Amino acid sequence: MSTSQVISSEGTAGETGGRILRYTLSERVHHWLGAFTYCYCLITGLAFWSPYMFWLAVLVGGGPTARFWHPWLGLAFTLSMFWMYKMWRPDMLMTDADRRWSQAMKYYIENEDKKLPPVGRFNYGQKLFFWLMFFGVILLLISGLGLWFVESVPWSLRWLRYLAVTVHVIAALATIGAFIIHVYMGTAMVRGSFTSIIRGEVSTTWARTHHRLWYEQITKRVSAQK
Amino acid sequence: MSQATLAIRKISGHAGPAPGADVERDYQVCKLIDTTTCIGCKACEVACLEWNGYSFTETVFDNSYQTMPETAWNYWNLIKFNEHEREDGSITLLMRKDQCMHCADPGCLTACPADGAIVQYTNGIVDFQQQNCIGCGYCVSGCPFDIPKFNPTTKKMFKCTLCVDRVSVGLEPACIKSCPTGCLHFGTKDDMKDLAETRAKQLRENYGIEKAGVYDPAGVGGTGVIYVLHDVTHPEAYGGLPKDPRIPFLVRFWKGPAKWIGNLAMLGGILGVTLHYLRFGPKQVDAEKHENGGQP
Repeated sequence: MSTSQVISSEGTAGETGGRILRYTLSERVHHWLGAFTYCYCLITGLAFWSPYMFWLAVLVGGGPTARFWHPWLGLAFTLSMFWMYKMWRPDMLMTDADRRWSQAMKYYIENEDKKLPPVGRFNYGQKLFFWLMFFGVILLLISGLGLWFVESVPWSLRWLRYLAVTVHVIAALATIGAFIIHVYMGTAMVRGSFTSIIRGEVSTTWARTHHRLWYEQITKRVSAQK
Repeated sequence: MSQATLAIRKISGHAGPAPGADVERDYQVCKLIDTTTCIGCKACEVACLEWNGYSFTETVFDNSYQTMPETAWNYWNLIKFNEHEREDGSITLLMRKDQCMHCADPGCLTACPADGAIVQYTNGIVDFQQQNCIGCGYCVSGCPFDIPKFNPTTKKMFKCTLCVDRVSVGLEPACIKSCPTGCLHFGTKDDMKDLAETRAKQLRENYGIEKAGVYDPAGVGGTGVIYVLHDVTHPEAYGGLPKDPRIPFLVRFWKGPAKWIGNLAMLGGILGVTLHYLRFGPKQVDAEKHENGGQP
């Protein structure tokens, strides 16, 4: 679902009283479906990862229960990720604006946003996060199936069993790193983004500051509709 | 094990030291399988099922005498029949009783994430504790002999226990008890090793079987089940017995360095974002009116 559909989905103008619709209901639902399923897999996965974190399995009903649900919730996460891919792929492709922004990312990290070139609906970091999760989940799915049905991997191809545990662990760790940054930025660092993924709206100032090209694009279209 | 603590150390009013003092006894148990005297009668398979309370499973024809292609969660002991061509062109049948090897360095135990689901006793027996098993199947990836099997009904892993319930009360395992040719022996690791080497020497010197030897792979720290093979240089001929079994490299990497690197990276990530917040703080939109703030 690209930017244009975000506006039209509301039926009326995207800009209402200084507020702009940033995420449609469908986008929010799929984001949170992904978030909850990922967190479940994270908690149970960490339990299986280290004896010092095995107590986490107790929180979700004990080891066997955690082991039973982990692959199923993992499948649900995969589906939500694929749905997000379907919705966001056009918005997530890297553009020249992103490349310029990425070279100035230092200013973003140091909160000197005025020195940054303008970007569209998502910035370079958000796109990086999206693609890391997308390819991460593909690796997790394939290796996860190998772990789930490990006895179906023939003994002559047993290197696949060993590869599966390794790939699953490496892909999971990569997504965890990205997840830590994502949660930090979405809640503590970039004020306004957490409410936007819950209620869907941001202020016009927020849009103009963080995603100027996107802001200009939708305000232009809104004024054209009027 | 409990008897070990009751060995006499000091005796009152006794002329000289306590009998047996300073004598080390090996309490590590071992099963010796002499493949050169196995006749493939499958009595051990039946005894295993009977003692452990499993009913006989339907056989799977595999173009040989073999009961089924491999062991199962409820079939822990299987003789592998292998047609083997001798150097002179004649055919012989190599028969090897396959079961858990009870490694000194068990890959299943290394891979297992569940607290107390796999234990190794002082006597060397590696035993699954199904009440703690979560059914993840990591032990399948860790085992260099492809032994642990999944019960889809209870979602627990099973394998040969070396009849720990019999051994703990001074009995020998059920398979040993049933063997009619005496190709199976049970005792301490030292005694079995000695017996096996004697038999291998006999095969080499008296029967001209030059490559006869003992299979007790060092890669897994030695095993609690050892074989006498006609050709110890080629164990693969006995139904895929690995020549140099080890805990797979990637499994050791996963349970070793990867754990450290991963945990440090996760801690580093949390520390990193915390420090960032303390140093740079949140991104607030400048022109935002503070009273309605737009945002929390």
